[in-house]
Amino acid sequence: MKMKGTLLPQSSEWTFESLLLYEKAIGDIAKEFHLDTYSNQIEVISSEQMIDLYASTGLPINYPHWSFGKQFVNTEKLYLKGYTNLSYEMVINSNPCISYLLEENSMTMQAIVIAHACYGHNSFFKNNYLFKTWTNAESIIDYMVFAKNYIHKCEQKYGANAVEELLDACHALKNYGVDRYKRPQKISLHEEEARQTERAAYRQSQVNDLWRTIPNNFQKKQNTSNKKHRFPKEPEENLLYFLEKNAPLLEPWQREIIRISRKIAQYFYPQKLTKVMNEGWATFWHYTIINELYNRNMVSDAFMMDFIKNHTNLVYQLPYDNPNYFGINPYTFGYNLFSDINRMCTAPTDEDRLFFPELTQQKPLEALDFAMRNFKDESFILQYLSPKLMRDLKLFAILDDEKAPNIKVTAIHNSAGYESLRQLLSQQYNLAFVEPNIQIYDVNVKDDRSIILRHVQTDHRPLDEESTEKVLHYFHSLWGFDVVLESVSPEGTVLKIFRCPAIAPPSNA
Amino acid sequence: MSQFIDRRTNGRNKSTVSRQRFLNRFKKQIKESITRALSQRSITDIHVGEKITVSKKDINEPFFHHAPGGSISRVFPGNKEYSVGDTIARPPSSQQQGPGGEASDQGEGIDEFTFEINKDEFLDFFFEDLELPDLVKTELKALPQFKNVKSGLSLYGSPSNINITRSFRKALGRRIAFGTDKRKKIKIAEDRLSKLTKNSGANSPRRLRLKKYIAFMKEKIIAIPFIDTFDILYNRTTKQINPSTQAIMFCVMDVSGSMDEAKKDMAKRFFILLYLFLTRTYQKIKIIFIRHHTSAKEVDEQEFFYSRETGGTVVSSALELIYDIIIDRYATNDWNIYVAQASDGDNWNTDSPYCQSLLKEKIMPLVQYYAYIEIMPRHHQSLWNSYLTVKEEHNNFAMQTISKPSDIFTVLHALFKRKAS
Repeated sequence: MKMKGTLLPQSSEWTFESLLLYEKAIGDIAKEFHLDTYSNQIEVISSEQMIDLYASTGLPINYPHWSFGKQFVNTEKLYLKGYTNLSYEMVINSNPCISYLLEENSMTMQAIVIAHACYGHNSFFKNNYLFKTWTNAESIIDYMVFAKNYIHKCEQKYGANAVEELLDACHALKNYGVDRYKRPQKISLHEEEARQTERAAYRQSQVNDLWRTIPNNFQKKQNTSNKKHRFPKEPEENLLYFLEKNAPLLEPWQREIIRISRKIAQYFYPQKLTKVMNEGWATFWHYTIINELYNRNMVSDAFMMDFIKNHTNLVYQLPYDNPNYFGINPYTFGYNLFSDINRMCTAPTDEDRLFFPELTQQKPLEALDFAMRNFKDESFILQYLSPKLMRDLKLFAILDDEKAPNIKVTAIHNSAGYESLRQLLSQQYNLAFVEPNIQIYDVNVKDDRSIILRHVQTDHRPLDEESTEKVLHYFHSLWGFDVVLESVSPEGTVLKIFRCPAIAPPSNA
Repeated sequence: MSQFIDRRTNGRNKSTVSRQRFLNRFKKQIKESITRALSQRSITDIHVGEKITVSKKDINEPFFHHAPGGSISRVFPGNKEYSVGDTIARPPSSQQQGPGGEASDQGEGIDEFTFEINKDEFLDFFFEDLELPDLVKTELKALPQFKNVKSGLSLYGSPSNINITRSFRKALGRRIAFGTDKRKKIKIAEDRLSKLTKNSGANSPRRLRLKKYIAFMKEKIIAIPFIDTFDILYNRTTKQINPSTQAIMFCVMDVSGSMDEAKKDMAKRFFILLYLFLTRTYQKIKIIFIRHHTSAKEVDEQEFFYSRETGGTVVSSALELIYDIIIDRYATNDWNIYVAQASDGDNWNTDSPYCQSLLKEKIMPLVQYYAYIEIMPRHHQSLWNSYLTVKEEHNNFAMQTISKPSDIFTVLHALFKRKAS
């Protein structure tokens, strides 16, 4: 049954007046679905400005760095030659939530994008536990202003080259500048600036204490008897944090810049962990909201055809054997997962009752809301991937063992394979599994100050030697003394050792 | 609460600084590309950008990641025929991506990163070796001179360009047009009024109503604006390229065996610089290439730079040829003549005094400027000394020994100084 509503402007060209009308209609429907969002700040930008945004890694403000210039040059080239399209929107996890709409979009696209970004992503940013824990939407823009100004000051004081070298090192280690367990604090720009000065002085004094070299006979004796004592006591996963606090030779400004890099890395960390959920949630809601507009007679059939075409393109999953296959499409996968929750709550089958006895009892909006708030990709898949969806996507698992002559199919979408498929797919989104697990293991505090990093292998996967050596070189530039990286098996056997500076391998006498 | 902001009017060059940093970082590679480009380009297409290729190895930002290998499980969508236990031959590319090999279809090698720099950036890099003064750089990059010429009227413009006569004429026309029907109505009303006066009393309601109507209409005529915004016409001007005279540039180069690639490259930069200077001053430039060993020949650019000859050197042959060409084809009054000569200083000893007299008596009176560079000579020979005497007599004659690109500018220094003042 169609409800009554006023028809929204039907021209395919958007105007600010029609944008306002659509935004209002979409916002009203979103409210009916209990989407809880930050207030929206919606900005219309040109394609050149979108390329600029790409280059500043999706932040409206960023410090200058050659790698961003490289990104810019590359995107610009691909765009101008027609190899690539720009995305229709970009959305910033901030409060108010800033969304950028591309001016070339048709009215239909703008409506999709408003529903997708300004209500879908926005509500996800505000309510998902990872974003609530690890990011601070209120202060990110302020913090970037602080970071940009601070780095600019450092460039003037210490030279652009010195700052660039430091940033190169930080960028190389940014995946390892993330706290996974400690809770970051919320502070504003002014507090940040005030604290920064305080921190610089304090930090230097702490470092000096750790590296105290004034002879102390009593201490020396204790140490020799206590040789097993490691520093840090527990392995440290946040390499940049460790360097910021403990690297002996860094100047206070260098420590501050390391801090800035890891803060930014931390801000992006939840986005890496929720790619599927975040896009899935936004796609599910743009689909639901636009359909609701149609049900209420607020948009025409022509609008709807245009919408369906765009939506279908977005959620198309290429099969694995297509030459353009680039992995599982997060839009498709996430959209299907959320739609599937909705389906299981509204029209469960016997199979669903068997696999998800509790879910099938719940109201759809509550079940969706719960799922959005309390999971990341890895746990979300483990919790909600249903047999039906595995069959729909025709998932299958392979084992690629370098020792075996061939690749083996280990599970397919049948009752014997459901559990194993779910497990393996969830694993595929586990960052600890995707990125090499490297932690700081020990520092030779009393002797030559060399530092030992440990890479614990998963699935016998080796590190890429060329890049590892380069990154170690950067690590060495921050630490200032010898750096050793041991690649060990899960049982603790050392399999390979990287060193920086490289030394001749010890002769086997 | 939602708010819309139109950001399109904001600047679009947020990434300029980062882009500049990127170019600086790969300066070495860019310069190599430019040197390569210079040797392939014609002197006259110096005013375009250039495609730069940098090896991906240099440009990649390293991070810790896995190498292929180990025993990895992966999940793929779109199963068509597999069931558990099937084996699949490993795809030939050793990438861990599994099935579905990938290929680059973007027209560039996988190991290369290609981007383009624009004309200004190209010139910046070109000038860098030459160490030109900043003022000169900006002048060389400047576009041709324009002058404004009156060309009719326009509805838009700045207040200082208002055409008063035409604006008033238009306003007058508009006032007449807008008032016509009102005046007609007043006339009818007045006619009626005069008829009424005869028949009825002085203050009948009908009379009063007519009078009121006439007053109202008169007010309406007054209310027509004396001048309105759309009456205003502006004088329109358009830019026209300033007509400038034409120039001839002689490139003279010694192509005897001792001139190797490095020396020719230096000479080419010298010619380019003079050419750039001339493009700034003259709209039309003709370049004549003359190469010589024991005899001189007029050739095209390709042959000028790339064909090699051996043998002795007689400079006067080239000078004679220049003189003949000038007399034959270019009457001095219509053409500004510039000569750029590059050589490594070798000359047949007895030929030098003849060169000296040729220059002094025949050529110098005809040319605007004569620049001579001697590239990396082992020692100065007789030619240098003969030229020195020419220099003493003519202040539009310049000569310079060149050992690195930054020396080139000094020989043209006087040219730029004269123009700047």
